[in-house]
Amino acid sequence: MSTNRKTLKLSRFRKHPAAILVVLLVGLFTTGGLYSVGANAANKMTGREAVVDIESIMSDPASIDQGNRLFATGCATCHGLKAQGTSDGPTLIGVGAASVHFQVATGRMPMGAPGAQVMRKKPIYSEEQSLQLAAYVASLSPGPAIPTDEQLDWMDAELAEGGELFRSNCAQCHAFAGRGGALTEGKYAPSLMLATPIQIYEAMITGPQAMPIFNDKTLTVEEKQAVIKYIEYLKDSPNPGGLELGRYGPVTEGLFLFTIVIGALIAAAIWIGVKAK
Amino acid sequence: MSNELEHEGSSILPVQQTSTEVNTPVSVLPPHVLRRADIDPIAATRAERQVSIMFLLSALFTLLAIVSFIAIPVDQYVRVPGAGVTQASNLAVGFTLGMAILLIGLGAIHWAKKLMPDEEVTDSRHSFSSSKEIRQSVMEEIRLGGQESGFATRKIVRRSLLTALALLPLPAVVLALDFGPTPKNELRSTLWGKGVRLVTDPTGRLLRPEDFQVGSLVSAHPENLHDWEEENHNLNARAKTPILVVRMSPEELRSTQGEGWDYQGIVAFSKVCTHVGCPIALYEHRTHHLLCPCHQSTFDLADSANVVFGPAARRLPQLPISVDSEGYLIAQSDFQEPVGPSFWERG
Repeated sequence: MSTNRKTLKLSRFRKHPAAILVVLLVGLFTTGGLYSVGANAANKMTGREAVVDIESIMSDPASIDQGNRLFATGCATCHGLKAQGTSDGPTLIGVGAASVHFQVATGRMPMGAPGAQVMRKKPIYSEEQSLQLAAYVASLSPGPAIPTDEQLDWMDAELAEGGELFRSNCAQCHAFAGRGGALTEGKYAPSLMLATPIQIYEAMITGPQAMPIFNDKTLTVEEKQAVIKYIEYLKDSPNPGGLELGRYGPVTEGLFLFTIVIGALIAAAIWIGVKAK
Repeated sequence: MSNELEHEGSSILPVQQTSTEVNTPVSVLPPHVLRRADIDPIAATRAERQVSIMFLLSALFTLLAIVSFIAIPVDQYVRVPGAGVTQASNLAVGFTLGMAILLIGLGAIHWAKKLMPDEEVTDSRHSFSSSKEIRQSVMEEIRLGGQESGFATRKIVRRSLLTALALLPLPAVVLALDFGPTPKNELRSTLWGKGVRLVTDPTGRLLRPEDFQVGSLVSAHPENLHDWEEENHNLNARAKTPILVVRMSPEELRSTQGEGWDYQGIVAFSKVCTHVGCPIALYEHRTHHLLCPCHQSTFDLADSANVVFGPAARRLPQLPISVDSEGYLIAQSDFQEPVGPSFWERG
């Protein structure tokens, strides 16, 4: 605190009635700006996965062995030594490699604590280890496999068709902009903004948690590719009108108007009414 | 000058304040404090300068708004910290026009607060009621009017007028009874019927039972919907026919709304909420609960879609389904009750 230094010109204004407001605004904008820069950097990191050859790991017999060892230390407490399930966790017989890869690579498994909703978090296992776990569980009993490169070839899919399919099959829970929404009793449909194409595909064929299953018969491979293309478009689409406010629609927009905008109007009305010095 | 505010309405009142000392009424106003600009000419000049700078800045922003509207192409996007990627033209035109209007307002208020006279003035209320003489003269005029018009004496005129006035609202009643055609039985039937095939919405693919696995969810509508829409050019059928088809293992199915209405654990329900008609598809396949996003009505699809939570009063109508000779899923009949929210004649 340099109260005595008269050279510091800013301090002249410290008793000005608007000083608190200005300091508050500067602080808010600085933290908000830094946060958005940091958040963007984090987004980019999770979007870029370590490049591993899925096919070779899944077909390598040593992976099953390796996966078995990882399973015994990390998963067997709840899912049982032979993945048969216990009172703390469901059986994994028949869930397939896609399910294991989805749950582990999105960090949902191993879960921290049981609750209404298992949340996405930083993955504990590397991509290679997730695939080894998937190979082990898939070796126990057949189930949905990890989608191949061909299945994931979404770049040339129909964007408009994807939008139509998204709105009739996904938007009811994940909301029209893919930002997620509430379900019953504490469960919720997560935002899709961090989900990678392979994770979106795996979620559709395995139906994690409350999500219903969209297998390749009820939603064909081409249709899935179109849906993925639409979600990728949603992730990158700009906001011509400015602040998106989470793209939740009237709820956040109304909240913004009622708190920030009406607050500003009240402050302006007070300023008009105060007698000048 | 403050005196002039005093006079209106107060002339009739028994005089309370005829004096010119308006600034010292019986009020609790604090003593008048002079502003800096009232005492110090330098402060007044500074305030004057501030106000004119605001007005000139406003003019500058107006010009900038025109320039940015012309100069910035509409397809140019910029990244703004905190707001994300946004359209440059919208941002620039909005900001400059906003500032132009805001600065005129700020300048005007600053002007009024710093430089315009600010003496405190009181203006007493006048009495709300009219004086006794005025009230008496009005009542006298009304009485006189009644007498001169002959409303009391000319019976036939009076009675014919009352008859005319009494009949006048009748057309409104008759017109109100005829607000368009009644829906008749349209609310009780849909395009579904015996043998109508189920197709996916919006892709229109036929569905087979083996397409479904336990946990699958498909939005479907009748195969004949598109033909009907091309013929009738409206969306009425689309509003009534949408269904959700899900599969659960047959032992999970606790009840259906009729015998043999499911096909090996595949059940079909109307997608229209029985509360106020929102489309519902928030299906949690592990609990078999279906949640309506509008008012949180929750239906248990394993138990005839009975309401387990929320404002809906009725379960979702179930569509009895079966398989035709070619192996496609078909409806056994129409819904057995009207779909969607309750209506007056539903009973």
